[in-house]
Amino acid sequence: MLSLLAFSLGVYALASLLGALLGRRALVGVYGLSALAAALSAGDAITFLATGATPEDALLPFGLPWLGAHFHADALSAFFLLAVGVAATLVSVFAVGYGRHETEPRRILPFYPLFLAGMSLVLVAADAFSFLLSWELMSVASWLLVLASHRERETGNAALLYLVMASLGAGALLLAFGLLSAGSGDYAFAAMRATHLSAGQSTLFFLLVIIGAGSKAGVVPLHAWLPPAHAAAPSHVSALMSGVMTKVALYGFVRRIFDLAGPAPWWWGALVLLLGGVTALLGVLYAVMQHDLKRLLAYHTVENIGIVVIGLGLALAFRADGLGGLAVLALAAALLHVFNHAMFKSLLFLGSGAILVATHERDMEHLGGLIHPMPVTAFVFLIGAVAISALPPFNGFVSEWLTFQAIVNGSLLPQWLLKFAVPVVGAMLALAAALAAVCFVKVFGVVFLGRPRRPAAATAREVDALMLAPMAALAAICTVVGLVPQMVLGLLRPVTALLLPESPWLVLSNWLWLAPLGADHSSYSGLVILLAIAFLAALLVVAVHRLGSSRLRRSPAWDCGFPDARPETQYGPSSFAQPIRRIFGTVAFAARERIDMPAPGETRPARLEVSLRDPVWDGLYAPATSAVGWLADHMNVLQFQTIRRYLTLMFAALVLLLLIVALSQ
Amino acid sequence: MSLVLFEFLQFALLLAAAPLLTGLVRKVKARLNGRVGPSVLQPYRDLWRLLRKEVVLAPNASWLFRTSPYLIFTAVWLAAAIVPTFATGLLLSRTADLIALVALLGTARFALALAAMDVGTSFGGIGASREMMIASLAEPAMLMVTFTVALIVRSTSLPQIAEFLLTHAVGIRISLFLGLVSLLMVAIAENARIPVDNPATHLELTMVHEAMVLEYSGRHLALIEGAAMVKLLLYISLIASVFFPWGLALDPSEPRALAIGLASYAAKLAVGGVVLAFFETSIAKMRVFRLAEFLGGAFLLGLLAAIFLYVSQGV
Repeated sequence: MLSLLAFSLGVYALASLLGALLGRRALVGVYGLSALAAALSAGDAITFLATGATPEDALLPFGLPWLGAHFHADALSAFFLLAVGVAATLVSVFAVGYGRHETEPRRILPFYPLFLAGMSLVLVAADAFSFLLSWELMSVASWLLVLASHRERETGNAALLYLVMASLGAGALLLAFGLLSAGSGDYAFAAMRATHLSAGQSTLFFLLVIIGAGSKAGVVPLHAWLPPAHAAAPSHVSALMSGVMTKVALYGFVRRIFDLAGPAPWWWGALVLLLGGVTALLGVLYAVMQHDLKRLLAYHTVENIGIVVIGLGLALAFRADGLGGLAVLALAAALLHVFNHAMFKSLLFLGSGAILVATHERDMEHLGGLIHPMPVTAFVFLIGAVAISALPPFNGFVSEWLTFQAIVNGSLLPQWLLKFAVPVVGAMLALAAALAAVCFVKVFGVVFLGRPRRPAAATAREVDALMLAPMAALAAICTVVGLVPQMVLGLLRPVTALLLPESPWLVLSNWLWLAPLGADHSSYSGLVILLAIAFLAALLVVAVHRLGSSRLRRSPAWDCGFPDARPETQYGPSSFAQPIRRIFGTVAFAARERIDMPAPGETRPARLEVSLRDPVWDGLYAPATSAVGWLADHMNVLQFQTIRRYLTLMFAALVLLLLIVALSQ
Repeated sequence: MSLVLFEFLQFALLLAAAPLLTGLVRKVKARLNGRVGPSVLQPYRDLWRLLRKEVVLAPNASWLFRTSPYLIFTAVWLAAAIVPTFATGLLLSRTADLIALVALLGTARFALALAAMDVGTSFGGIGASREMMIASLAEPAMLMVTFTVALIVRSTSLPQIAEFLLTHAVGIRISLFLGLVSLLMVAIAENARIPVDNPATHLELTMVHEAMVLEYSGRHLALIEGAAMVKLLLYISLIASVFFPWGLALDPSEPRALAIGLASYAAKLAVGGVVLAFFETSIAKMRVFRLAEFLGGAFLLGLLAAIFLYVSQGV
């Protein structure tokens, strides 16, 4: 597996070089080679998981001289590599068509393969040094890609915030690795597994990992950079950042907490669980309020990361309390959701890219009626929308159903805090799922249905086959995994065997029914639902047309007798979200509506102003920014000193350090 | 073989009984209002008349508008067939548990809300927006009730829940009572009944469900009205099978059990319909933003019921 991956990395490097040298002329080459390399690694990951191959190790003679570069490929790496590979292949094919519409391809082409290479490397790195190097390659490449459309003013702010948060995360991870290897001085993962931390150290390690991996994945409250950055990047890069890079961050979390850290106390599970619940609920609430399509999708990434994190938290709690079977269920639910989200979120972002190409718009207030000029895009986007809303028979529902099954069994956990936390988080997840459906009725209804709100939407044309085919493939994956989830769940068996070695695997003996805890427990079958619906619907169509009339007449819309031809009279994104804003927004975002009604006789128009506040930004980021500003202002004095003063300061610092060393020994 | 037969019996029974139940509710309401009211068979005639009329379609209606009625009706019909009505352990009952049932109804609602936005009229949008607002609270409330029941039974599968509650002495539990109240509130909201929505209103601004289907006509409207009738039947069957499972035939192939099952099911539907009519007559419709309090109450009751059980269940 590692040798083939090395080959893929070589292909990525070649593609990057081509992009740097030839620019636009290498467009097909760069994306074609990237697709090839990603497909190779995905195929390799599938064979690795399906055949249950033994883990592979490699030690390469570069990096730190006394360490070398360790690489290790096991089932966990392979599963994430599969999700990354499948999404990256299809996104790269889409990019061949999408990239033609790019104005400055040289700002994207060299970095796109590097971004993919960085993500693949993170998944197999097996020492702190190579891990952090790959992690930073991934961050820097994606940062450069965010900056691709640097002429838009928002992009600069988004990129700066991203850079700050990525540095914060990498710093936290660096310190976390330091804690694990402080005892031995050996930075290889194999040595870290053997390290035993004291209670205080392991708590610190846990918190550092949450900051490091959580900030990359977009866990609330560390999510603030994610929506602007993901929205600013070119759409195919957004698809990768949202669908795939956040998963690589979760890989970082799973690898450290489940694999490297050893046994965890139950409260780790409780904290992760609550973080996941808050992330899921707040993410979707933010999303409902948006009217920029890409920003909305990015906030949904925050929500879905929350759902995965809920599963991981449950798995941690079940593992700490010795309930291995349920831990496997929760972990499998979380990892299945990782795969599912990589598929439907890539699909939806590619869809937003197609809309952008066709209309040059991403503000939903300006779109509408696209189902007529873009029927194929509309159809595949609809599948993605239903899948992300966790509705049967698509894949999003399966992983949420499994998570709910784990939550229902949460009463077996003995700790009081968990007994309260599990149903509360279950309620948050239920709310998040229902609000996601609200949000995607809004997206699909406003963008694709109704009447066009601007000429750009009315004159849109369907995008070319190179862009439609990958979206259709992703939609097909969403459908098939929803109907027969056992296919992907089966691949998870070696992963759970690796992370929870003593626990029994789920019951997946029957490919028709999904009854993970045995036949006398809950069961679900997407395939039977689809077949039953298809059969009944066919019966119904025949019966209705036989017994009733099959006549049809086109005539202007009724609309209670007063149809208004102006497209502005339709419900738009903001009006659609108004009930949700009034119910949830007044609490979560201090939403206020101000109506400015002119007095009778005045001719100026009435106005409705809505103000929203972001509690996380106001409570955390704004104080942090002003604190940094204050500090910088006061440290500014140090910049203009005489050489004598500087020398004194240096001497004082040296004395202080020596004192600390002396006292600590 | 007999299992397949009973499954078909279930599907047919639902189709036959749903308009009758709606007719019964309307008749009782009319009597309570001091009117004679139409015959209980009137809904059959209405559906039949609509089926034979032509469809009038807006010029910009897409394929989604035309296929949605079929999808909505089938999804609701299938969901209703999964709920135990007169017997447990039917063929399709393993297809979906209570969580999947909620989600299947969610799929139907998703389709209806989209269809409402398809033509691009303001009434369609207002209906879709409000329907989704109601769903955003009603659906989690129903999942909370599901959790409550599942904690007692250790399963979310409907026949298993009914069988467990039939064969075990569960006793009177405060959680089950809270769950029942919560589910009743959800059922009223989901079926667009007073005080949440008025199925007989003629004031467009007070409508939710009727505003969504304003553009539908002919056979499409017949299917949507039919789906609403089946949905009412579904909720009464669901409440009956979870909280009042007495009389359910555990083995439908035994004639006596089957007879008892069918008779008790008919009795439960009649009682449910009459109670609903009494409730609707005795209460006024709420303002739309008061709904958040009503449904938020249902949600919190469900959550409370679930928390009681999580905390009270030992290891």
